[in-house]
Amino acid sequence: MDTINFMKYKLIYLAISSLVIIPGVISLFIWGLKPSIDFTGGSLWEIKFEKPTEINTINKIFQEQNLEHLPIQVSGNNQFLIRMAPISEEEKNRAKQRLADNFGVVDEIRFETVGPTLGKELLIKTLTGVILAAIAILSYVGWRFKDKMYGVCAVIAMFHDSLVLLGTFSLLGHFLNVEVGTLFVTAVLTVLSFSVHDTVVVYDRIRESTAHSKNRSMGDLANKAITETMTRSLNNSLTIIFMLTALTVLGGITVKWFAVALLIGTISGTYSSPFVAVPLLVVVSGVSKKGDSLVKS
Amino acid sequence: MNKTRSLGLFILAITIITLLIDIPKIRIRDTEIGGYSIDILNGKFKRDLNIRKGLDLAGGVHVVLQADMENIAKEDRVSAIDAAKKVIERRVNLYGVSEPTVQTAKIGDSYRILVELPGIYNTQDAISLIGTTAKLNFRELVEGKDLQTATIADFVDTDLSGGDLKKALVSFNQQTNEPEVGLEFTQSGAEKFGEITKKNLQKPLAIFLDNSLLTAPTVQAVITDGSAIISGKFTLDEAKSYVIQLNAGALPVSVKVIEQRNIGATLGADSVKRSLVAGGVGLFLVAVFMIGMYGKLGILAVIALFIYSLITLAIYKLIPVVLTLPGLAGFILSIGMAVDSNILIFERIKEERRLGKPLGLSMELGFGRAWDSIRDANISTLITCFVLFNPLNWSFLVNAGPVRGFALTLFLGVVISLFTGIIVTRNLIRIFYKG
Repeated sequence: MDTINFMKYKLIYLAISSLVIIPGVISLFIWGLKPSIDFTGGSLWEIKFEKPTEINTINKIFQEQNLEHLPIQVSGNNQFLIRMAPISEEEKNRAKQRLADNFGVVDEIRFETVGPTLGKELLIKTLTGVILAAIAILSYVGWRFKDKMYGVCAVIAMFHDSLVLLGTFSLLGHFLNVEVGTLFVTAVLTVLSFSVHDTVVVYDRIRESTAHSKNRSMGDLANKAITETMTRSLNNSLTIIFMLTALTVLGGITVKWFAVALLIGTISGTYSSPFVAVPLLVVVSGVSKKGDSLVKS
Repeated sequence: MNKTRSLGLFILAITIITLLIDIPKIRIRDTEIGGYSIDILNGKFKRDLNIRKGLDLAGGVHVVLQADMENIAKEDRVSAIDAAKKVIERRVNLYGVSEPTVQTAKIGDSYRILVELPGIYNTQDAISLIGTTAKLNFRELVEGKDLQTATIADFVDTDLSGGDLKKALVSFNQQTNEPEVGLEFTQSGAEKFGEITKKNLQKPLAIFLDNSLLTAPTVQAVITDGSAIISGKFTLDEAKSYVIQLNAGALPVSVKVIEQRNIGATLGADSVKRSLVAGGVGLFLVAVFMIGMYGKLGILAVIALFIYSLITLAIYKLIPVVLTLPGLAGFILSIGMAVDSNILIFERIKEERRLGKPLGLSMELGFGRAWDSIRDANISTLITCFVLFNPLNWSFLVNAGPVRGFALTLFLGVVISLFTGIIVTRNLIRIFYKG
């Protein structure tokens, strides 16, 4: 197979990444993420009526009960999602009774309430988890390749993927009211590991070729490694993308955005290995070795 | 190639065993097959081989209670929360929940009790039952007052309270067979109760729950052994309800609900159905893709993927894994990842072939060289699974059921796919692939 000169287009990769990341980062700064009740505390109540019911009339009953809430969302056929400050089981049941008096049978799909302290606690815990996982992965990559440049570049690619994911969800949050909760953090952590997954495969190739072709430049080795691993990377990601797309489209509402987060992460992770991690490595080794080839014995 | 043949038989054996574990109970004509259960070493390893559904799939209530420890000495807090846990367990059992979970957790300075009640949809009763902060106490009637005309102010507290009650239970009068309420006190409670019954012989002793009169039986005898029976014209339901309330009142600390999640039965069932459809469609796409991409090798990969699914399901049943919705997502994701090692190997084989090496050598080289990448690439996923699953229950990390469910299925997915990638695909290729 002919080696494709991937490294020639470094600037294009930079442009593509910027195009995706910059709007997201701006959105993150302006609007941030939309935290779910997992983080803020609050109540989420999803109910279904047997008879057709209007949002306005539901609003009225909530007003009567002095229950303040965010705009009610329609989540299905005669099915509504109501978010509010934490309410107790008794308050909820009073409201349910009143709704039933007015509109007939009310079916409770789910009711979730999280105290405010618990939300803050979760935030700290998830951040700890992300940091811990990042450190562990970094140490592993560093140890595996015995060269901190590999580790650093892999982590920058990882950071790239996290930014893509966070930025996209900031935009989704602003425009589609998509919230981030515990499951989103789970997705972020999983994406971190995916990101490294592909990078490791390409790096392994570079290292392997370094061993038996000592006189080639890092750029050449990188081109060779990417050419060799491209089909494998694409094919593997495609199978994951098939599964996640199926889950996004067909899976229930509860896992839909979780699947979307994993999907975005997988795509970004696949892209970032050859087009972020490797070009970075080439640039970095070029700087450190003044254009000389990276020789490792 | 003898080793290959025995490994081939091993793969066949695993396929058959996992298939037997996996098939649910079905009827074919008059014979019932599947749905087997395992019982090894006289019940030491017993599995009914059903998939355990988590709360989000089965529906039910998840409640986190926080104990108010302000008035309890630091050294007594652990025993107080444990006692509260026992009380809640008892109440839950009285309520008749199958497979409830009651756990305590200490996060920083706060003491919590996590309660999961699968299959409970009447949450109003359930929450008031476990989350009630009712305080039970025993009160005497003020001298000279009559029970019929007495108001709350006419009763005075004794030193006997809910903390002294070991448990209450429904019993039946041996002569009349009428339901009664039995009380059992702790040792110090028995002493106090002895004193009180002595003092109030033939007088009413009122039992108050949260300042409301529960019942006021008349003391018939001095009771010093710490067990008493309240008899009255109770119906069975009344007796049961008193017992529940008395046990409820025995909670040693007051608790409040800080988190609650009710999942209706329909949402769970709907989620399972949708996930299964999504998994099936995804699996089909992957199979078509692999066969289209790699031809005969692809067919072998799909067979390996099928064996992978069988093994995974069997392991879920054997551990058993409590399957949650994110857990299902993890499983579906792992199917997409499971073919990764196959793809790595196939691509390597193709490469070696391109260099003009013979088929047999290319295959062996492909396996050998792909292994390093496969291992390295999967370790980062395993690290993440470890952090997410939090196996050591570190209190500074998330300890939520759904997150754990995902981490566990993803972890199992990675490990099992390493096995099928290395052992199953490799030997299937050795046996069946002739170029």
